[in-house]
This record gives sequence, structure tokens and C-alpha cells, in this order.
Amino acid sequence: MILVLLIVILIAGGVLAWLLGRWSAMAARIVSLLALAADFVLILFLWVSTYERLNCAGQSWISEFYLPWIPQFGINFHLAMDGLSLVMAGLVAFIGLAAILCSWSEIRERAGFFHFNLLWNLAGIMGVFLAVDLFLFYFFWELMLVPMYLLIGIWGHENRNYAAMKFFIFTQASGLFMFIAILGLYFINARNTGFYTFDYLNLLQTALEPAEARLLAAGFLIAFMVKLPAVPFHNWLPDAHTEAPTAGSVILAGLLLKTGAYGILRFVIPLFPQASLDFRYIGMSIGVVGIIYGAKLAFAQADLKRLVAYTSVSHMGFVMVGSFAANELALQGAVMQMVCHAVSTGALFILAGALQERLHTREIGTMGGYWRDAPRMGGVALFFALASTGLPGLGNFVAEFLVLAGAYRVNLPITVLASLGLVFSAVYGLWIIQSIFHGGGETPAKVGDLSLREMSLLGAMMAVILWLGLFPQPMLNTVKASLEAIREQTGLTQVGSEHLREANSYPHFTRSCPPKPAGQDVPMSRSTGGTRATPEGGLRLPANQPIGFLRRQ
Amino acid sequence: MTLVELHEMIPLLILGGAVVPLLLTVSFYRNLKLTVALTVLIFIAAFTSLFFAPKPVRTDGSLLSMDGYALFYIGLFLAASLVVALLSYGYVRERKDDCQEFYILLILATLGASVLAAANSFIPLFLGLEILSVSLYVLISYLRGFTRCIEAGVKYLILAAASSAFLLFGIALFYAECGTMDFKGISEILQIQGMPTPLLYAAFGLLFVGFGFKLAIVPFHMWTPDVYEGAPSPVTAYIATVSKGAVFSLLVRFFFIMGAHQYKKLLFLFSAIAVASMFTGNLLALRQENVKRVLAYSSIAHLGYLLVAFIAGGDLAVEAAAFYLVSYFITTLAAFGVVAALSGGERDADSIEDYRGLFWQRPWLAAALTAALLSLAGIPLTAGFLAKYYLVAAGMKARLWALVIILIINSAISIYYYLRIVAVMYAEPDAGQNAGRTAFSSSPAAGVALCVMTLLLVWIGVYPQTLITIINAVINYAYPF
Repeated sequence: MILVLLIVILIAGGVLAWLLGRWSAMAARIVSLLALAADFVLILFLWVSTYERLNCAGQSWISEFYLPWIPQFGINFHLAMDGLSLVMAGLVAFIGLAAILCSWSEIRERAGFFHFNLLWNLAGIMGVFLAVDLFLFYFFWELMLVPMYLLIGIWGHENRNYAAMKFFIFTQASGLFMFIAILGLYFINARNTGFYTFDYLNLLQTALEPAEARLLAAGFLIAFMVKLPAVPFHNWLPDAHTEAPTAGSVILAGLLLKTGAYGILRFVIPLFPQASLDFRYIGMSIGVVGIIYGAKLAFAQADLKRLVAYTSVSHMGFVMVGSFAANELALQGAVMQMVCHAVSTGALFILAGALQERLHTREIGTMGGYWRDAPRMGGVALFFALASTGLPGLGNFVAEFLVLAGAYRVNLPITVLASLGLVFSAVYGLWIIQSIFHGGGETPAKVGDLSLREMSLLGAMMAVILWLGLFPQPMLNTVKASLEAIREQTGLTQVGSEHLREANSYPHFTRSCPPKPAGQDVPMSRSTGGTRATPEGGLRLPANQPIGFLRRQ
Repeated sequence: MTLVELHEMIPLLILGGAVVPLLLTVSFYRNLKLTVALTVLIFIAAFTSLFFAPKPVRTDGSLLSMDGYALFYIGLFLAASLVVALLSYGYVRERKDDCQEFYILLILATLGASVLAAANSFIPLFLGLEILSVSLYVLISYLRGFTRCIEAGVKYLILAAASSAFLLFGIALFYAECGTMDFKGISEILQIQGMPTPLLYAAFGLLFVGFGFKLAIVPFHMWTPDVYEGAPSPVTAYIATVSKGAVFSLLVRFFFIMGAHQYKKLLFLFSAIAVASMFTGNLLALRQENVKRVLAYSSIAHLGYLLVAFIAGGDLAVEAAAFYLVSYFITTLAAFGVVAALSGGERDADSIEDYRGLFWQRPWLAAALTAALLSLAGIPLTAGFLAKYYLVAAGMKARLWALVIILIINSAISIYYYLRIVAVMYAEPDAGQNAGRTAFSSSPAAGVALCVMTLLLVWIGVYPQTLITIINAVINYAYPF
């Protein structure tokens, strides 16, 4: 029930904000803020109350909501939450709060409709992270597009129509391929079992021919790689990020991109384990190309928001590498990267928005020497630039390190190339600081420093990055069981991770869980209407199949 | 004709019979309000009578079969005609003084469409089609003061007459080969023959030219943009919905009874036509600057989508086609309803520029048009999304991979031109250009109709179960084929 509440609060808050916005922009802002705060509190409550359970491997969903929707087709309104979706839902609420606070003074016209779109977009994203019915997932996947389209198209900058249209067509077209893949899976499952259902847990057991699995996985991957974005499909991102209003950029970078990564982790790998292993090196290579190409393009940009947008391409490459390396460390790193990138890039967009609000330009060439007038802004920017370059002690370092450590066990050359991303990010990260806050600048325009609102918002984001950098274990514990389930599905055996666990986990932080009986290593077994297949369900590799790093031993 | 048969025919009798007193009323006492009220009453009476239809007895050789399938579509046509009547009240009144005959023609056209939905033989097929067409010729050019209307009417007249000739020739060939006009009888002869003779293939082809013209699928689509643009907006809505829906319902019935799905050559022909319609409609819509033309090309593409379900065949396809048509009817009526509501007395609001900033001036109308356009594009929360899901599911079930992929690609192309209109509506309004929009002509009737259409659009998009249950119950009430 609490899950559906999370979405309903956002939807109702959006409608209320729109209605109130006709009279007062401030009322719309406050209503949206309250709606998101309520969501945030609910998620925190869920987290605290289930933290013990999350730490134990083999847990089921921590919360679930089920309602028949179109029973004739086996479509259900089925939401469920495990550690991974909990983290992502928390991120939605947090980034949502940031988006509303950062547009507090930026959006003066039509504030009601703006907040309506913002909240409905967030509701769609929340739904994506919670849906475990594939039809419902696609429903939410599409639902989040229209509000974002309007956010960019109405409140965006100069070239907004082009950017909004490009964003919409890219994501919608790629989503349709996923839709076909979902239907393909649905009919194949029905052919095998005579039972029409879109339920995630039931579809997990679909036995697929390798060729079918590869085609279907490709359908899903196209949608997720466009959202992520992975390199050949990244084209929409710089335009959309640059032209969107600040809140739109924050949500795009912080949440929309994460839906792609989440989709790979939640759907592609568990549903098509063998196919994902076949795609493994291709996926990792695409990630590496993204890391290097994104960093290079970032350095070449003259527009501040465009620069930050390309750093997203680079950083999301790490998520791609981590997801496809698919061992414990790499997956943890991928999730860490999703969270840290959301916060740090969101903050950079907020700073870019703050600068644009003050200077009415995003041209880096016209900026310079603002540290004098705006030392707080400079300090905050330095913090997030360093976070984005992966300074130890900050969350992004933990994330990228984990990804690289995991990928190292899979493929050395790819890891070496990926680690170049850290070097390149130092180049553009420091360059931002140098050219905007240091340097002469022929026309040292007066720049007002950050206001109390902006400062407290960015302060909270800094706290999160610091927390994740210094003490990442609670976050890792939260997602551990979900990632374990994903990794198990790929059939990569325990051997590797046992070995890694000894080397890398912090024994004093891990909780003691009741020992699980042998043969019951089945997480999330509370499926609706179907039972889970035996581990010998035909999907897994033999336990000693030599794959990747295992070959080395 | 037995009493039971007479009982079955009541919906058609109401429509046909009501025209006479209405004509008499109009000749003695011309009052638009009264005429519209009577028209609405007639549609409601005919609709209500559908619920009292007797369970049909299957009598082979009957001209009309009022089975569940026919009742469902007749109900749909009556509801759509009712909406058109409401939409046109303010629109026609503004442009012409004595326009009572408009409604009489509307009832007659609906009668023709209803006959098509129930036709079980070539004779009612041709009669129904001609009643529909002749009424449409007049309806399209009804506003004699506007040259565009006359042009559109003449264009439609010439092409429709030519296509009727093809249709008649096809019917003649069928009769020459089979010696019967009855669908069932022809299908039995086809069963015996095993393979159709070349002459019968030609007959199928000629027949399809006639149908294809009405459905406006490629290569018989040339008239669509001009007629859509020239005809009064409510009439355009009528052509796009009832006229096409009637022919499509007939097409499905005819080919299912014929068992035409076993003839691979025909299916290949249909697939080619479907693909061509999708691409032609969507690609040509991209560069249009006129909303009515955009909707015209989009309707060509939508009929292409619909053909995918038709080609797929099977129970799911009948269901999918019905669901798709219902959602397409609602969407199209909402879209043209907004166009009609916005049009001033001089010209229709059909240029895209007429819509600039509409959302900030008339938020409800813009919201209705946005919902309609998103539904046409197949975005969730609208009926169009589930309709598209139905089509793709039907196609996938029949393993028409290529067609489904082409449908998906086209659906992606189509987003561009739908969103272009949406983008204009949400842009900054021009100060001077659209000042005339305040002189906006609409009647409460049109407002209510539009409001209901939009709500239905969202309702079906969120909770389709009701409609699915109705479709299943009514169509399977007496499974027709």
C-alpha cells in the first residue's frame, strides 16, 4: 500500500499544484515540496524499518502492492520494492526535492503547470523503479516522457523545441522496441506455459532459445542504452540537458538516465542471463567508449551545461561497464555510481543554472574570476567538480573504484581503458573551476553568491556525497541482496565472489543473518500466481563454466 | 419476412422511418433547435433499441444478419453520429441559415453505415454503401457558400462513383462465377473449389478497390487530404469515423466469412497495402502545415495499422479491431471537435499557426486536443496506447514480425507531427495574430460532447476493462463468422 501511496502522492500533488498555481506560484511550490518531502519521509521510514531484513541475503520484496488491472491479458498493477528499488526511489525523492528547490526563483511564469509536469514526471519515474509487471513498467516508462517533453518545450532555453522533440522521439522510438521485446517474452512464456502474464517473477522463468533471448535482450537494451545513454545513442542527451530548465536538467541527469541503468540491472540481466553474458564484452566496450568519448567531448564544449551533459555520458559509461561485468563488486559499483552521479551531476547542473540565472549566459568563454564575488559558489563548485573527477573520500571515487575493481576480474584491457576516464575527468573538472572561478575574465561581472536556499540544498547534496564516500556500507548493504539475486541469475558462480568477499568486505559491518538452508538460495520468492523454477531451470551455466576472470584461477 | 426478422431490424427501421416525419417537420416548421433535438432523440432511440434486440437466429441466405457483431458496430456508429450531430450544431448554424437538412442527411448516412455493418450479401452491401456515399456527397458540399466545400464534394463524388463502378464489377464477377450474392453461399463454393479461380481473384481485387477507396488506404488515398480539408469539420469527423468504420466492419465480416485468410496471395496484397499506407500516411504528414491535412494523412496511416490486425486474423484480431476502432472514433471525434469549436465563421481553424499558444488562452480545448493527439500517437493514459497494444499483440500472436516492426517504426515517425501541433499549442501566444480567437463559436452541446469524448479517452486509457468486457460480451453474443 505504501508503494502506491508514493506514486499517488506525487500525482495528487501535481494536480493540486496546478490548481493552486493559478492563484499563487508560491503555493504550487510549497505543495510540490510537501508532496516530495512526504515521499522522502515514507521511503526513509521504509528503509529504517526494513534495514535489518535488507541485510540478509535471500530476502523477498520488502513491500508489495498488487491489484488486477486488465486480467484478460494478465496485466496487473503490481508494484514491489527490494533494496535496489528502495535506493532508486529514495533518489527520486531526493533529486525531486533538489529540482523543486533549485527552480524556486527560476520559474516565475506558469509555475502551477510547471510543478504539475515536474511531479507527474517524477511519478512516472517512481513507477518505473517500482513496477514489477512488465506492461506496467512500460506504461510508466512512456508516461514519464510527456511531462518531461513539456518541461523542456515550455520552460527550456533558446533551442527548446528541437531538443524536446529529439528527446521525445529518441526515447519513444527506442521504447517501442522494448515494447515488442516485452510482448515477445510474453507470448513465448504463454507458448511454454499456456499462461498469459506480464509478471516479472513469472517471466523470469521463461525458457528461451538462445537466438530468441538475444533478440529480446537487444530489444530491451536499445531502450535502456538510449536512456543511459550509451555511445551510439547518446545524441539526444546534450541537446535535452542543455535546453532544459535547471530542474529539467537535474531530473534528466539525476533520474531519467538512471532508469536505463536500472532497466539493465533489473530486467536485461535477470531475464536474459545467457544473452547478457554473450553481450558482456560488447556491453563493456560500449561503456568504455562512452567513458572516453564523453570525456573528450566534454572538454571540447564551450557551453557549461553542454559540458556537464557530456560528463554524464562519460560517467554513465562506468555504469555500463559495471553492469555488464556483473560480478559483485562491479554491480555494487554500478549502483553507487548511479546514486553518486545523480547527486554530483545534479549539483553541477544546479550550479550551472544558478550561474545562468545571474549571468544569462552559459558560455564558459565569457566567464572568469567569480571566486572573488562568490566564494561559496566557487567552493561548492570545486567540491562537486572534484567529486566528479573521483577524489578519494567522495562517493564517486568509491563507485568508480568498485566498478574498476570488478571489471578488472573480467577483462584487463577494458579496465585499463576505463580507468583513463578518471584521468580525463580530472582534466575537464579542473578546467571548469579554472575558467569560471579563477582566471582573469575581461569583464568580471558582478555575481551574487549563493542564497541560503541554494546553499542548504547544495550542502545537503555535499553531505550525501561525503557520506557515500566515507561510509558507503549502509548503501551497499541495502542493495546487496538484490544485486546478489541478479548476479546469481547470470550463473556466474559463487567462487569468484567468495574470494572477493574475503578480500573486500568489512567484516565488522556485515550483519549476522540466519544461515539459509542449502538449495534455498532463492530470493524474492513471493511471486504471484507462479512458482519459481528450480535452480536447474535451464537458464544457468554449469557451476564451473569458465567465464571471464574465473579462467584465470 | 417474419415477425422476428422485423423485430431484429428495429434499429434500422427507426433510422429509416424517422427520416420521413423529420422531412415533413422541416417542410412545415423550420426550427434548427427542434430538428437537432429530434435527431438526437432518433439516435438515442435507435441506440436504446439495440439493447432489446432478439437473439439472432442464423438463417443462411438472409440479407442482413443482426448478430452481436453488427449490433456492436451499429451502436458505435449511432454514438459517433450523435456526437457529430452535437458538434455540428454550433458549427453549421454559424455558416448557413437553413441547415435542417444537414441532420436528415446525417441520419441517412448513419442508416447506410448501419446496413453495411449488418450486410450479409452483396445487395445490402451495395445499397448501404450508396446510401452512405450519396448522403456524404451532399454533406461534404453542404456549405454551398464556400468553394472549398464544393471542390471537396465534387472530388469525392467523382472518385467515389468510379470506385463504386469497380465494386459493382467485382460483385458481377462473383455472381458470374458463383451464381449467388450471398456471402455464405460464395464461401461454400470457394470451399468446394479449394483454390479461387483467377476470375475470383480478380473479383476480390476489384472489390477491394471499392473498399480501399472508402478506407482511404494507399493507393486509393488521394482524395483524403483534399476532402478532409474542404469538408466542414464535423463532416470530416464523420468521414473519418463512421464512414471508414462501416466499411472496415464490413471488410472484416466479408473476409472472415470467405475464409480469405487461407489465400496467401490476398494476405500478401493486404500486407503490401498496409505497409504502403503506414509509410505514405506518416511520411506525407510530416511536412503538412494544415491540421486537417495532418489528421487526414494520419488517418491513412491508422488504417494501415488497423489492417495489421485484419491480416493477423483470429479471435484476438476481431477484438483488437473493435477496440481500435472504438478508441480511434473517440480520439478522432475529439480532435475534429476541437477544430470545429475553434473555427470562426469565415474559415476553419486548420492552419497550425491558429493553434499557437492555445493552451494559455483556452486550456480546456487545448487539453482535449493534446489528449487526442497523444492518443493518436499511442502514449499511455490515453485510449490510443491500449489500442496500439492490442494491434501489436494481435500481430505478434500471429507472428507477423515484419509488419509489427514496421508498425513500430511508423509509430515513431508519427510522433513528430503530432508533437509539432502539441508544441505549438504550448508555445508563447502571439499577441495580435490570434486575437480573433475570443470570437469563438461553440455551443454548449459541442462543449459537452467534447468533454465526454476526452473523459472517455482517458477513462479507456486508464481502465480499459469495461470496454474489453463489452466487446467480448457483445461480439461473442452471437459469434458471427
